[in-house]
Amino acid sequence: MISGDPLSRVLYIDLSRRKYWVEDRRDLFEKYLGGTGVAIELLKEECPKGADPLGPENPIIFAIGPLNGVFPLASKTVAMFKSPHTGNLGESHAGGRSAIAIRMAGYGAIVIKGASDIPVYLSIYNDKVYFRDASALWGIRSSHTVGRIIREREGEAGYRTIMRIGRAGEKLVTFANVVTETYRHFGRLGLGAVFGSKKLKAIVISGKRTLKVSNAKAYREIYDEIYKMAVKTPAMRKYHDLGTPANVVPLNNLGALPTKNLTQARFERYENISGEKLAERFLGRRLACAHCPVGCIHLAALREPYEKEPYFYKTTMISYDYEPIYSLGSMLGIGNPEGMLKLMDVVEIYGLDAMSTGVILAWTTEAYLKGYISEKETMGLKFRWGDCETYLKAVRLIVEQPNDFYGALAKGVEYASSIYGGREFALAYGGNEMPGYHTGPAAHAGFLTGSRHSHLDSAGYSLDEQAYVKKEELTPEKVADYLFKEEGWRQILTSLVICLFARGIYKPPTVVKALKVVGYELSEDELKKLGTEILRNKYEFKVREGFDLSKLRVPKRITEIPTPHGIIKEEFIRKVVERYANLLNLSNSS
Amino acid sequence: MVKRIAVLDVDKCTGCQSCVFACTRRYGEAGVGKSAIFVRSLGGVERGFIVIVCRACKDPPCAKVCPTGALKPRRGGGVILNSEKCIGCGMCVEACPLGAIFWDEENNKPVVCTHCGYCVNYCPHEVLGLEEVSTG
Repeated sequence: MISGDPLSRVLYIDLSRRKYWVEDRRDLFEKYLGGTGVAIELLKEECPKGADPLGPENPIIFAIGPLNGVFPLASKTVAMFKSPHTGNLGESHAGGRSAIAIRMAGYGAIVIKGASDIPVYLSIYNDKVYFRDASALWGIRSSHTVGRIIREREGEAGYRTIMRIGRAGEKLVTFANVVTETYRHFGRLGLGAVFGSKKLKAIVISGKRTLKVSNAKAYREIYDEIYKMAVKTPAMRKYHDLGTPANVVPLNNLGALPTKNLTQARFERYENISGEKLAERFLGRRLACAHCPVGCIHLAALREPYEKEPYFYKTTMISYDYEPIYSLGSMLGIGNPEGMLKLMDVVEIYGLDAMSTGVILAWTTEAYLKGYISEKETMGLKFRWGDCETYLKAVRLIVEQPNDFYGALAKGVEYASSIYGGREFALAYGGNEMPGYHTGPAAHAGFLTGSRHSHLDSAGYSLDEQAYVKKEELTPEKVADYLFKEEGWRQILTSLVICLFARGIYKPPTVVKALKVVGYELSEDELKKLGTEILRNKYEFKVREGFDLSKLRVPKRITEIPTPHGIIKEEFIRKVVERYANLLNLSNSS
Repeated sequence: MVKRIAVLDVDKCTGCQSCVFACTRRYGEAGVGKSAIFVRSLGGVERGFIVIVCRACKDPPCAKVCPTGALKPRRGGGVILNSEKCIGCGMCVEACPLGAIFWDEENNKPVVCTHCGYCVNYCPHEVLGLEEVSTG
């Protein structure tokens, strides 16, 4: 790395003692670049074995990488922690202005330790950290309001991110998220609950600076090359035109759109909630993360009349993407876009992970319809597919947890089904609820083997789709090799930290050139090796905390509903997982 | 003809801030510390954005308050900074009602837009343009 690059500075904040200090960790950033690579090392250092995810001993790590603030589409921050949702590795990525703000404040990583006795929020301005009393913000119903208050109260200097939790994080819902810039999220695996357990309501980070590069001329040339690919080639069009909701129609046509808790893979009302229809009827504004010319964030403008007051309307701006459309739309049989958008808004207001929430509500509906639970548990709610009003009420009950049943739902579908039954249709992988791809065996094997049980770990759906188009037969070996290679390379992208939507632009030769500008001389082979090493480091943490690939549950439901590749056999998936474990080659994993 | 940066349609701005990064990159550096343009939300991104940049005043208030004559009116509007004369007092920042004079913390001097148009090349949605101005 370039001498004097503030990237190597790690800001440590101890909430228990209200102290902060900076350490130079050039050792980590030289070896592991940043982002995922550095965060997993810091997590291993800071998180004791067997730590309670909601105890003060669980650290929160934020890490960015050398390309943030230097090249476009390097717009993400990596968060690592022990997940209260799965009891294992928690890793979640968010954009907004978070990464640029951390870079411009002069840090490569922030480590938050301990817990506060009263609600606080942190303000980080360049070299100063302020511990602010957040007692007056605790319990505010809407995460939007919290954002507004902090926005007004804090200065405008430089680049600013405001990360905050909603009511769900305060109430320790294990899939509560952290919202940044109102519409971006550290969505999965429950970072919001970890914030809540520390009485940490929000973090403001702001700064402004220049960064040196190795060669100004080369910098501008490579910048232009990447920028042109981002705005002028078809590589990114999908993301800026319709955004990720462009997936709804093709996935439905393919028979890969999980619907009504995956009792079917096509939704009869898919057109109403398609990217095309939402853009036509509701698209009100498009937004970008800082330093990303693509602008994939789509906001719907939902105009609603007040029932009892004529000529009064409210217009709500609601962010929509493919995953929430799947989880809060098709999975719940909701084909009414207004209802779906309202549900998305409520999930945003409480600060819940949209994907987990949708899958949990879908399981609840099926469990209710099949008699595993009754109105006694649901407190009078009669769940049925497509009933938005009931779902809106249920979301509030999951957050407030007035009885044992909603308390169980607030821990996820793996836990709830272990108490109430219905495990065969509880769609979770390693404890994390399913993403929206029933494309074939590679997608499901990827959810299982992926180190954060996310579709973005290794993009099995992409292999399924390619193989389907080419009419290629998938074998367990082919699937495992693809997933392992892809997940290894993605560790490099998330160490830099590049948005994974830009993976088609940041191919190995481009990454090599870009890294040279910021003082890293690494070949493609060296990068690929490093990616695999980072993946192994993450898996070592997982195994240390009790993870075992051979013990993973394969939800029976996914073997009952045909995919574009036909019926998936559990044996096939097991073989993929076994080979993946061999490729990882960890001593104490089977 | 002399030109100036013009904000053509702020409603199309997605807040990507590519222009802000472009401005510092002119100096061969990354980041935003030397940028003479800034984009921020209108109190929440859902409300849209504002682009803050010098509008090339014909009779610039920033130049009028400069105690050392470091800021001189530019032909066609705006100002030119002679940084050797600048003592870093910051009066120009106070004088600009748009907040379009920025500050270079490393050199403790103002950053003023020269209307070179480099940022315009990096606006993906034609929010920014380069406009000819009369010098009469």
